[in-house]
Amino acid sequence: MPAAAGPAGTETATSIRDAVRTGRRSAVEVCGHYLDRIAEGNGRWNALTAVFRDEALTRAAEIDRRRNEWRDRPLLGVPITIKDVICTRGQPTTAASRILAGFRPPYEATVATRLREAGAIVVGKTNCDEFAMGSSTEHSAYGPSRNPWDRERTPGGSSGGAAASVAAALAPVAIGSDTGGSIRQPAAFCGIVGLKPTYGRVSRYGLLAFASSLDQIGPLTQTVRDAALVLGVLAGRDPRDATSVEAPVDDYTAALTGEATGLRVGVPRALLESGDAGIDDDVLAAFRQALDAMQAAGATRVDIDLPHAEYAVPVYYLVAPAEASSNLARYDGVRYGARCGVDDDEANGGSPIAAMYDRTRDAGFGPEVKRRIMLGTYALSAGYYDAYYRRAQRVRSLIRRDYDIAFDAAGGSGVDVVAMPTTPSPAFRLGEHLQDPLAMYLGDVFTVSANLTGLPAISVPAGFTGEGLPVGLQLVGRAFDEATLLRLGHAYEHHTPWSNRLPGLSTGS
Amino acid sequence: MSDRLTRADVERIAALAHLDLTPDEIVLFTPQLAAILDYAERLQGVDVSDADDTWHPGGSDCRRRPDTVRPSLDREATLSNAPDGVAAASETGGFFRVPRVLG
Repeated sequence: MPAAAGPAGTETATSIRDAVRTGRRSAVEVCGHYLDRIAEGNGRWNALTAVFRDEALTRAAEIDRRRNEWRDRPLLGVPITIKDVICTRGQPTTAASRILAGFRPPYEATVATRLREAGAIVVGKTNCDEFAMGSSTEHSAYGPSRNPWDRERTPGGSSGGAAASVAAALAPVAIGSDTGGSIRQPAAFCGIVGLKPTYGRVSRYGLLAFASSLDQIGPLTQTVRDAALVLGVLAGRDPRDATSVEAPVDDYTAALTGEATGLRVGVPRALLESGDAGIDDDVLAAFRQALDAMQAAGATRVDIDLPHAEYAVPVYYLVAPAEASSNLARYDGVRYGARCGVDDDEANGGSPIAAMYDRTRDAGFGPEVKRRIMLGTYALSAGYYDAYYRRAQRVRSLIRRDYDIAFDAAGGSGVDVVAMPTTPSPAFRLGEHLQDPLAMYLGDVFTVSANLTGLPAISVPAGFTGEGLPVGLQLVGRAFDEATLLRLGHAYEHHTPWSNRLPGLSTGS
Repeated sequence: MSDRLTRADVERIAALAHLDLTPDEIVLFTPQLAAILDYAERLQGVDVSDADDTWHPGGSDCRRRPDTVRPSLDREATLSNAPDGVAAASETGGFFRVPRVLG
């Protein structure tokens, strides 16, 4: 237990829940502790964009009053943060975009409803790249979040504020969204656990849509056990999201046996050894150690081939922008958000409403969102649709087929999980890739496949580089088999010391 | 293909995307978008002859629901975030006001 993090800095959702449930601690005291940490530390990390102090304390007092009645609620008294792309009724939800400045949704995301009903207390909203488009939180109207391990570096993105809030112990749990790695990459950069569930596992109702065939919501936590606990709350069919699936929800915490006996872990060696991925030496060394640790926990290593994985980044950066260009058409200055007014004589004889749309969108969106809208519009436009978008969707099928073969016991490799580093390099410096979007995109090489295929994936802490920056181990599982991912991640965690480390936080100075 | 991406192309796409880009933005975005599209060219070499399209990873699990009338957001809540909404409570209210549509 690192003392620098403060006496309660390493508390988990599970331990808080247990303490509140038994009355050892009051929800008000726990909540006040985290609100104080936020008040002291948020200026340093820029992790939260809104803090709901009064509402949180009111809710905590209600939990204390009704402790006996609510004692079975799985997240009783657990403070959480929610990424700013997820609607919380009546509370600011801006997607870190100027175009949604002042927006207060008149409805609540299903995940927020489920979390509140489970006893969790929403203490604030977290910073992110605008509309979740980015890998560094630098594309935020609120300015970048900072990495608690090194303030000059990015916490990752797009759920960078979420990851920073957990790593800096401003909250034990953060809820993020992951369209191309936006939960897992920041979790890896900040030395915490991040889980992207299977497509369809968790309702997206109330998530501001970025790319609807890729978006998923999931938890960022300090431990795998907490990720399992929170997934159990989030998972399940929701009539309000037609893409959510009726598959049975496992008892995820019961899957945490502490060992990995019998599990077959696939390693895509060619992908890792090709120069294309550009893996940092320290990251590769940490990954090799992680494979040894999983073997020590009882798993068997199997070499596999994912021949189309090298195409995942170009496929992703055609499909995701194409869907984004469509989803973001709704931000037009009519129903919500900001509007740039246009006088009739400014429309140059054209349509004043069209001039209003065009100006509102140019003023309201930041450069990365505009690039992606442009890229997507181009990929879908007449004459280019077949060459870009359609072809990308077909290569996407081949990427999924590679995974199906790896998981197939009869004709394929029969692995239970595929392992690889979460990112090719550790957290980069703020500003390092800002002028070169393509360089930023290439860092997503290991994460985007899980979104393209819909498969669940988790990032767990896997040690540090020579410079002391966290490295993540990524595990990708079969569709709707989060239980196996969590079991292996948990067994791995218990065979390594990494999850017990927190950055040397100095929130007060 | 993308090596022919010109400023005129970028202007055309911006018009399709309803973005009133500034001249500086057009200068900035043209080479950046060209670089990304050049990178995407590597997909042209992949054999996709026996591959279907994956539109979304949920399979063909489309379900239907009964077409019954259910409550939704009321007008007041719907208008509450509008930059120029006219409140439902007023005499002639309950709508979004927009600039003139015809030029």
